[in-house]
Amino acid sequence: MSRRTRVVLGLASLAALGGLLVWAVGGLPDLGHPRGPYAVLAPKIMLRERHVTNTVTGVTFDLRGFDTLGEELILYVAALGAAVLLRAQRSDRAAEQAAEAEERRGPGTADALRALGAILVGPVVLLGVYVVVHGALTPGGGFQGGVLLAGALLLVYAAGQSAAVQRVRPVSLVEVADALGAASYVLIAISGLVFGVAVMDNVLPLGTTGSLLSGGFVPVLSIAVGVEVTAAVTLILTELADQTLLRGRD
Amino acid sequence: MSALQTVGLLAVAVAGTATVLTRDPLRQALSSGVLGLALAVLFLAFGAPDVALSQIVVAGVAVPVMVLLALAKIRTTERAAEREEDA
Repeated sequence: MSRRTRVVLGLASLAALGGLLVWAVGGLPDLGHPRGPYAVLAPKIMLRERHVTNTVTGVTFDLRGFDTLGEELILYVAALGAAVLLRAQRSDRAAEQAAEAEERRGPGTADALRALGAILVGPVVLLGVYVVVHGALTPGGGFQGGVLLAGALLLVYAAGQSAAVQRVRPVSLVEVADALGAASYVLIAISGLVFGVAVMDNVLPLGTTGSLLSGGFVPVLSIAVGVEVTAAVTLILTELADQTLLRGRD
Repeated sequence: MSALQTVGLLAVAVAGTATVLTRDPLRQALSSGVLGLALAVLFLAFGAPDVALSQIVVAGVAVPVMVLLALAKIRTTERAAEREEDA
């Protein structure tokens, strides 16, 4: 196929797609006027029955908490799969190649980058913890905060503090945190059975609306997911980095 | 439509086009990160701050890092192959 034909075909299909998009957007309900009763009911239910002000987190960890259980286990299995596959590929030559990679290293990290990383790490950790624990009150929650916390670790790495990263992310600790986060969600979910109610049914006091400990299960599950996501993302990135840079870890 | 919404839509259009037109994968990783941040502004402007936060952490942190690591891996493999050819 000649270049001209490809360009004509591409532009024609793009124009068709654009037309379909404009048509679809024209049929959307107005902003703030969703169709169906769910969008109007969910905030009321979450506020009255769970004392949760952030409906999105409330839906994620309470109304549809069972779905989140599945999603969290998907991330857990993904981290597990990355660890198993990438570790199996490390050959006996890994140490030798690591030495070669060390020789090929470029010039050291710039001082400005080191300073920026060092300055940003504290605020990013604080922001991550804030987003995790305030999930029931303001936008955020375990997933967003967890990735932020893993990102803080990445900052340490980007600032060239390889040795510091080795200290702050002992791999066995990350693995244990990953498993603990995933397991605690499951245990909290089935704790309802102990108290004679259904799985995922709230058994904690709801607290005062707007306070940090309000919302029953919602903030607890948010923290469990925060721990799991931090560990899982750290584990996946660590395995990828170790595989890429062929560093020995023993 | 508010000013922020218009700015967000325009930013997404520009950043998206820039990402498509960028040919170097390394630069593409960065411009797709900018596209992700523009999308986050758009989500915020349309009243979805939770989605905006997820968008920031996934498109601004996770995806660029994965792409960069994959690029580093490919280059390491290519260099190893070159050395074996030289030897």
